[in-house]
Amino acid sequence: MSTATGTPSPGTSGALVPGGGPGAALLSLNNVEVIYDDVILVLRGLSLTVAEGQIVALLGSNGAGKSTTLKAVSGLLPSEHGEVTDGTISFRGEDITRVDAAQRVTRGMSLCMEGRHVFEHLSVAENLVAGAYTRSGKESAEDLDKVYEFFPKLADMRARIAGYLSGGEQQMLAIGRALMARPTLLMLDEPSLGLAPLLVQEIFGYIKRLNTETGLTVLVIEQNARRALEVADHGYIMEQGRIVLEGPAAELRENPDVKEFYLGLGEEGGRKSYRDVKHYKRRKRWL
Amino acid sequence: MSTFLNLLVYGLADGAILALAALGFVLIYKATSVINFAQGEFLLVGAYMFYTAFVVLGLPLVAAVLVGVVVATLIGVLVERFILRPMIGEDPISIIMVTIGLSMLLKALVQMFYGTSPKSQPAILPRSSVEFLGATVPLNRLLVILIAAVVLTAFTIFFRRSRHGIAMRAVADDQQAAMTMGISVRRIFALAWVLAAVSALIAGVLLADISAVDQNLAGFGLMVFPVVILGGLDSVPGTIVGGLIIGLLTQFVSGYQDPGLATVVPYVVLVLILLVRPYGLFGETRIERV
Repeated sequence: MSTATGTPSPGTSGALVPGGGPGAALLSLNNVEVIYDDVILVLRGLSLTVAEGQIVALLGSNGAGKSTTLKAVSGLLPSEHGEVTDGTISFRGEDITRVDAAQRVTRGMSLCMEGRHVFEHLSVAENLVAGAYTRSGKESAEDLDKVYEFFPKLADMRARIAGYLSGGEQQMLAIGRALMARPTLLMLDEPSLGLAPLLVQEIFGYIKRLNTETGLTVLVIEQNARRALEVADHGYIMEQGRIVLEGPAAELRENPDVKEFYLGLGEEGGRKSYRDVKHYKRRKRWL
Repeated sequence: MSTFLNLLVYGLADGAILALAALGFVLIYKATSVINFAQGEFLLVGAYMFYTAFVVLGLPLVAAVLVGVVVATLIGVLVERFILRPMIGEDPISIIMVTIGLSMLLKALVQMFYGTSPKSQPAILPRSSVEFLGATVPLNRLLVILIAAVVLTAFTIFFRRSRHGIAMRAVADDQQAAMTMGISVRRIFALAWVLAAVSALIAGVLLADISAVDQNLAGFGLMVFPVVILGGLDSVPGTIVGGLIIGLLTQFVSGYQDPGLATVVPYVVLVLILLVRPYGLFGETRIERV
């Protein structure tokens, strides 16, 4: 466990050595700084590493900069007047900080946006075909079958208009659509948003299965820290645009600070008074 | 009965051309949210490009059509790249002003190079008539209907089946999500303008063949507005239905009532549909999940 202060160094856990094979760093962000509209500083020197074959959870409260991190990685910042002003983002050992969004998809990263963002007026099948835009027709036909196999529910409603699906079905569609690009890194921005607890469990079950069955590397943002840390191998906790805590998920689950702030538990496992939490948090911020 | 059939064929032919012209308008609006007031001028430019290739340069018909398509593609790309792209993110009114400016520019360019008098162009479609259910109907109108139907079907299949067609609809639906799929929004915008210019070229050439190669071609483009408002601004099937309705209506009013009244009827329809059903017959219903 390392509690980072100031600018944490990337790849602090021993397994993360650069190079090929599982356990190597697939994605790494190094001191990334993001500014919106030339004035709003959102990420202030963020560093994190996603090792190949792992599920990495990025946790933090609202406004911590989690979504901005994923947008920086997938190259969507320019469309929101944002810019990576400092630091580097590298994917499979190549610097992609200035590569445009479409290119990054071709190189093997796929983002599932917050709030699902399915193409509402297109059918389920057309949504999936749109997801395979960067691939050739033959490959995408194979992938289509795989996605239907993985999400049998989608196969049953392939002709339905996506806008009329339920939230859980849309989330499956959004994940299936992202898979159609055949990513090596799948990024998910709050897959549990607005879903019933049972569905959240189902979605996370799918994420875990994707990881174990196909070796897909996953970077997931979550508000639901408990659920995320259950499936993740490694976790990062963000506050105010930087990483404040990181470690293997099992350790984070047991960490007293995490228990208190994100899992809502006291050190003895019971619930703590909210006033104490707030007080403690204020002290932490000045660290 | 004979009058009715004749009017029907004339109306369908007009409607088919209108549908083609309106298709380009809808494509641009759907994909890029730009209201293109220069659509009529695209028809005009298309017809003159074809005239240049076919009559002035004396190319064979097929080559002339190909030259027309290439030039239309080029115009679409250039207009998008140098006129509309710098305007991304600007006020809709400014963008409308820019397209109005573009329409004047295109019209002025055509006048500058070709003058204002009508050009004579040999008929491409046969001028003969055929007996059809006891009525004598002009063959060229029937062919116009056929050609337009083929082109519109091709476009529809493109949007339903092809990767790029689906990508275009995806961009129209949700630009950011489309970007996460690796779809280049800029390229889709350019594609929308190219398709609009090409469909306008086909409409322009057909229209010029059944009327004349002159400045009035742009005026016909104005009728695109009643068509798209009736069909729904963002609906491809809507343009076909809207085009046919407007085409038939004007021909029937002109044949049975008064040709002067016929020129007003489309705009009466426009006002009525705005009052009754502002989204048009096939306008996209916003999907809202509660």
